[in-house]
Amino acid sequence: MSNDSKTDYAIETTNITKIYGSDNTEVVAMRDACMQVKKGEVVALLGPSGSGKSTFLTAVGLINPPTSGQVIIGGKLALDGPVAKTNLRSFRRKHIGFVFQKSNLIPFLSAVENIQVAMELSGESSREARRRSLELMDYLGVADRADNLPMALSGGQQQRIAVARALANHPSVILADEPTAALDGVSGRQVMELFSKVAHEQDAGVIVVTHDHRALDVFDTIYEMEDGLMHRKSDHELSTN
Amino acid sequence: MILSIKDIRHNITHFVITTIGIGMLLMVVLGMGGIYRGIVEDATLLIDSVGADLWIVQKNTRGPFAEISRVPSNLVHRALAVPGVKFAREFVFHTIQREQNGKPLRISIMGLSWPTDKGEWIPLTSGRPLKQSHFEMIADKTLKLSIGERVKLGKETYTVVGITESMINSTGDGIGFFTIADAQSIQFDTPSEAVRLERAAREARGEKSEIGIKQPSLLENAIKPAAELPQIARPQISAVMITMMPGRNADKIAKIISGWDDVSVYTKLGQRELMLKGNVEKVRKQIGLFRVLLTIIAAVIMALIIYTMTLDKIHSIAILKLIGAPNTVILGLILQQSLILGAMGFMIAYAVGQKIFPNFPRRVILKDTDLYQLAMIVLAISICASLMGIWKALKVSPNEALS
Repeated sequence: MSNDSKTDYAIETTNITKIYGSDNTEVVAMRDACMQVKKGEVVALLGPSGSGKSTFLTAVGLINPPTSGQVIIGGKLALDGPVAKTNLRSFRRKHIGFVFQKSNLIPFLSAVENIQVAMELSGESSREARRRSLELMDYLGVADRADNLPMALSGGQQQRIAVARALANHPSVILADEPTAALDGVSGRQVMELFSKVAHEQDAGVIVVTHDHRALDVFDTIYEMEDGLMHRKSDHELSTN
Repeated sequence: MILSIKDIRHNITHFVITTIGIGMLLMVVLGMGGIYRGIVEDATLLIDSVGADLWIVQKNTRGPFAEISRVPSNLVHRALAVPGVKFAREFVFHTIQREQNGKPLRISIMGLSWPTDKGEWIPLTSGRPLKQSHFEMIADKTLKLSIGERVKLGKETYTVVGITESMINSTGDGIGFFTIADAQSIQFDTPSEAVRLERAAREARGEKSEIGIKQPSLLENAIKPAAELPQIARPQISAVMITMMPGRNADKIAKIISGWDDVSVYTKLGQRELMLKGNVEKVRKQIGLFRVLLTIIAAVIMALIIYTMTLDKIHSIAILKLIGAPNTVILGLILQQSLILGAMGFMIAYAVGQKIFPNFPRRVILKDTDLYQLAMIVLAISICASLMGIWKALKVSPNEALS
């Protein structure tokens, strides 16, 4: 495969496997996981705790490389097994946005600065970064909290700021790990709908790891993991559930 | 966006308290240098300000400051006879401790060669130089005496007529300026009973001597004051100070005087060297070692503070790495905080030092070179102190943002 190719897929994983430890202590956290996410597609990844969902997400997020298999982002081979085929940190900055269970905002930066910092890291001027950050906040409905520190925001507001930060550099991929876990039902649904809106409007591939079955209707595709194995859920499976 | 300033702003109370602590520590480092400089300045103050080009002292001694020196007072006349010598003055210098108003009073007594020297060269803050040959004194302000105050020293009482500033000896005692006669009178003050006993002893020795047996009338002289007896030498002085005629070479004059078998001669520079290498050397080493220790302690404390500050934001650093911040951003965050801490500490050290040091019992002299030196030390400490924090921060995995 070429290192860089034109593709409709935002994310492609080919048989990625993650093994922790060795010999007697060997644990296979994920085996031969394959997933393809198109640009503008919103994918849910379901599964019980310990099934390997977060391992998959951190592998796709280029944080925790797999033991074997390939991770291709936007047509570019980023990881071939544990071997990085590019500068991962720089690649993450340009192409991947993260949203996590806890909002993971930097506590000493205000809401707008949390978004601004991601833009400035990509070389945006401070003034332009602030202008665009405020625009994003407006888009996500939290513009009035721009100068508040994270601790002064509600869980839902924090999560919206985290989403705004994830969108800061127009990523081709957004990865979200249990983004609604700390939110009430209404806020949780709003966040899920936000992902759907962002994916469709910004042509980004979105993978959301979730336990929350109440908002599955917003997803285009659903995968499930169990004991490290991943499979795509059919419409029939979904309807019987 | 300067992340270090944002973080400091967020933890401003913690940062301010830490900076004050570091500032105080750096102030002590600064003060140690100033104390050393003060000691050197005090030690060489008299040598520099008295205006002598050459010092004639007792043979084979390093007097009069480094050790006791005794020379006859008539040495002044011999010195004056040397070609090229403009003035020769007696120098008497010794320290006494008496009581004044129920409090101990330590005075370094310096004799002025009346009437040649009335103390016009002494920088007075108030009052006047000496106007009479006896019973007047000029006092340094550290002696806490005031104009017109009377001080009883020995059998006589002296009136303070002038106050000077920063005229102290190498151990920090304030100097009192008297005429040579008064300085010697204070130095050799003997109780009346001791005088009577000495006269009786003198008579007893005379009775046993051949001349006393042959000429008993001579024994009547034994009970006269010592000053009236030509056989008894006049009190000795500490040294003779020489001022050369303009354009004369000090080494040439020193060579002539060094040919005399009963004295040694030093140039002003030589006297300074003796002072600094003798009395001050050990103090210099002691203070120097303390300064080095304090600098190391400051560096260790700063390193721990920076390390702790880094630990406090490990999660934020992990988030920054997760969103793709390069190592230079993380490194900059920690290094900048360390430099800000050092710079603020330095400013506090300087500002507080300026207020506190003048109240110290010994002079603390700060020169620009000391400040530049400390600034360089602080810069080095700040960079070194940040290394441990940077090492920790660079080890942080973006994974930690997820935990």
